[in-house]
Amino acid sequence: MSPRRDVFPHRLDLQHGCVELSHGGGGRAMAQLIEELFLAAFDNAWLRAQDDGARLMVPPGRLTMATDSHVVSPLFFPGGDIGCLSVHGTINDVAMAGARPLYLAATFILEEGFPLADLKRIVDSMAHAARHAGVPIVTGDTKVVERGKGDGVFITTTGVGLIPEGVEIAARQAQPGDAILLSGSLGDHGMAVMAQRENLRFDASIESDTAALHELVAAMVAAVPGIHCLRDPTRGGLGCALNEIAQQAGVGMQLREAAIPVHEPVRALCEFLGLDPLYVANEGKLLAICPAEFADTLLAVMHGHSLGREAAIIGEVVADPHCFVEMATVFGGRRLVDWLSGEQLPRIC
Amino acid sequence: MKYLDEFRDGQLARGLAARICQETDSTRHYALMEFCGGHTHAICRYGIEDLLPGNVRLIHGPGCPVCVLPSGRLQAAIDLAEQERVILCGYGDLLRVPGARGDTLLKAKARGADVRMVYSVDDALDAACTHPNQQVVFFAIGFETTTPPTAVAIQQARRERLGNFSVYCNHVLTPPALRALLAAPLPSPPRRQGVAQIKGQIDGFIGPAHVSTIIGSQPYEFVATDYQRPLVIAGFEPLDVLQAILMLIRQINANEAHVDNEYTRAVSPEGNRKAQRLMDEVFTIRSSFEWRGLGELPGSALAIRPAFADWDAERRFTIPEIPAIDHKACVCAEVLRGITRPEECKVFATACTPDHPLGACMVSAEGACAAHYHYGRFRQAAAS
Repeated sequence: MSPRRDVFPHRLDLQHGCVELSHGGGGRAMAQLIEELFLAAFDNAWLRAQDDGARLMVPPGRLTMATDSHVVSPLFFPGGDIGCLSVHGTINDVAMAGARPLYLAATFILEEGFPLADLKRIVDSMAHAARHAGVPIVTGDTKVVERGKGDGVFITTTGVGLIPEGVEIAARQAQPGDAILLSGSLGDHGMAVMAQRENLRFDASIESDTAALHELVAAMVAAVPGIHCLRDPTRGGLGCALNEIAQQAGVGMQLREAAIPVHEPVRALCEFLGLDPLYVANEGKLLAICPAEFADTLLAVMHGHSLGREAAIIGEVVADPHCFVEMATVFGGRRLVDWLSGEQLPRIC
Repeated sequence: MKYLDEFRDGQLARGLAARICQETDSTRHYALMEFCGGHTHAICRYGIEDLLPGNVRLIHGPGCPVCVLPSGRLQAAIDLAEQERVILCGYGDLLRVPGARGDTLLKAKARGADVRMVYSVDDALDAACTHPNQQVVFFAIGFETTTPPTAVAIQQARRERLGNFSVYCNHVLTPPALRALLAAPLPSPPRRQGVAQIKGQIDGFIGPAHVSTIIGSQPYEFVATDYQRPLVIAGFEPLDVLQAILMLIRQINANEAHVDNEYTRAVSPEGNRKAQRLMDEVFTIRSSFEWRGLGELPGSALAIRPAFADWDAERRFTIPEIPAIDHKACVCAEVLRGITRPEECKVFATACTPDHPLGACMVSAEGACAAHYHYGRFRQAAAS
C-alpha cells in the first residue's frame, strides 16, 4: 500500500535510520513505523483495518494455539535470520498437533538504536516466510526498550491452526511397538548459528535448516491419520525431545545411531567443539511416532516431500518404567541418551 | 569422516571384541583403569563395556581436570570474577561446577560478573587487548595438554607488555596422580589364576592420550617398574580403547608389566620437547596441591615462575585459601580408586546428580559418576 504523504510527509529512513524510543511510544512515529515497515511488508486485509485485534473467520473444528519467542544471536546466519525463524518456529509448533496453521500474530521488542535497515531485512524475511507458507500475520505489537536493555530485536509469534477431523496427535499417545521417524539430518541450525558466533572463526559450509513443516505434516497426516506423536526437536535437539515424549507417555525408546542422519560438516564441527549432534537445535526437522505397521508408508510420504528426503526410521518405542531413551551405538555398544544438564558446554579434553 | 570413522568402525570393533573374549582368562578378573576423562567419555558414549566379557571391568580414573579441581579454588575464581573491572575467562564445562559455597561461575555471571566462556587462552588474550581498562584473568585448568598454550599466552603477554592480563594457574600433572593411586594402601594384587577379584585392585592402566602427546611415554615407566602394572597409552577413539584393552589383557595374562603405546600416530617416547621446554620456562612445580577426591598430592601441580610473576593472578590479586570439604556421604575417593562403583554410592542419582553434584565424580560430564549417570544407568536399572 502507498504511504500517506499527508500524515507522514518525510518517509522513514530505512537505509540509515535507527529505532528510536518514539517508535514504541504510541504516537505518530510508531504509526509511521507500522505503516511504512510492518504494514508494507505483511500487507493483508486484517492489518489494513488497523484495529487493535484481528477479526477472524474460523472453520468448524478443533483449534490449536502455540507461541514461541525468538532471541537468536547473531540475528542473521547462513540459511536464515530471526525473521523467517520466528515464522517457521510457530508454524511448526502449530503443525506438530497435526494442524493446518491459519493465522499468526507477531510481537517485536526493539532496542533503541537498532538499525532500521536490519529491521527491514528481518521484517521482509518474515513476510516472505509467511507468504511462502500461506499463513498471514494478522496482528502484532511493537515495543521499544532503551539502548542496552535488549539485544537488537526479540520477536514473539503466536499461531492458531485447525486440527483435521480424526487426528489425535499428542506425546502421551506414543506406545510400545511404535516406530520413531526423523525427517532429516540433525544439528544444521544450531551449528550454523554457532559457527557464526564472533569468537569462533570457523569457515563452515553449514546452513540453518529453518523451514515451515506444515505442508510435510499435512501430507503425512493425510497418508497416516493414526500418527501418534509429532515433535520438532528444536532447543535441546533430538535427545531432549525424545526424553520429553518418553516422560509424557511413560515409555522407553531404543534408537539406532547408524540410522540417524547427520551431515558431514555438522559432525565435523561438533567433533571439533566436543558437542553431541543429538543435543544441537534444529528448526526444520520433525520427529514422528506412529504404529509400526504404518512406518513404511509414512517414510515413503516423507521421502516424497522436499523437507523429508533424508527421513529415516531411527528406532522404536519400548515399554520401560524408567522412561530411558537408549541407543545402539555405531560401535556396537549401547548408551543412554539422557536429558541435557543445562546447556551443552564444550568439553576441555 | 576422514580419520574418525576409521577409528569408530563397528565391524573392526566386533573383531577386536571377539579377540578380547578369546584371550581373556575366564577364571580371573581384569580391573583396568582408564585415567583420562576423554577415555571415560569414549567408553560411555560408544558403549564399549557392552563389547567386553563380564570379567573385564573398566574403572573410571581421576583424569578429568574439572572434577579434581578443589571447590575452594573454584570459589576463589568466582570471588575474583565478582570484583569490579575483572573479566574472568574459562573453559566451558567449568562454568557450572559449584564452588565451596555452592555458587557457580554461571550464577556469578547472572548476577552481573563478567564471566566469559573461551575455547582457547587466545580468546582471553584478545579480551585483554580489546578491554585495556579491565583486568582479564584466565582461569587456567587442565593437565599437561592445556598447559603449553597457557605458557605461550603468558610469554606473549610479557612480550606485548599486557599489564591487564593474568593467569589463575590450576594446571595439574598426570604422573604424580597415577603414583598416588598406586601408592594408596590396598591389598596386593593376585597374580595367579583362579584368584577372586579384590576391591580396589587395578590390574592395568589405559594411559592418557593427549597428555602423552606432550610428555611422551617415558614418564609412566614407574608404573611398570615400581608397581608392576602394565600401562598402554591409547588414543581417545573407541577402537583405540578396545585395542589398548586387548594389549593390557595380553600383558596381564603373560604376567608382564611394561609401558606400551597404542597411540603411535601421535605419541613418541620423548613427547613434544618444544612444548615441554615452554612449560619449563614458564611454570615451576608446586610442593603440594589438593586434588578434589584424592586430597593433597606432593609435586602434582604447576605454579607460574617468579620471572612471570606480573602475569600471575595469585600475585596480582589477593586470593585467599578457601577450605572446602566434600559432602559427608560422598565416596568419590573410593570411586576414583575403583573400590566403589558409582552406583554403589548411597547418594548416586538421588542427592547427587549432574544438576546438583555433591562430589568430584559428578561435577563434569567426564567424571566417573556423571558419565555413568548420563550414559550407563540403564544397565543398573536392568540389573535391579
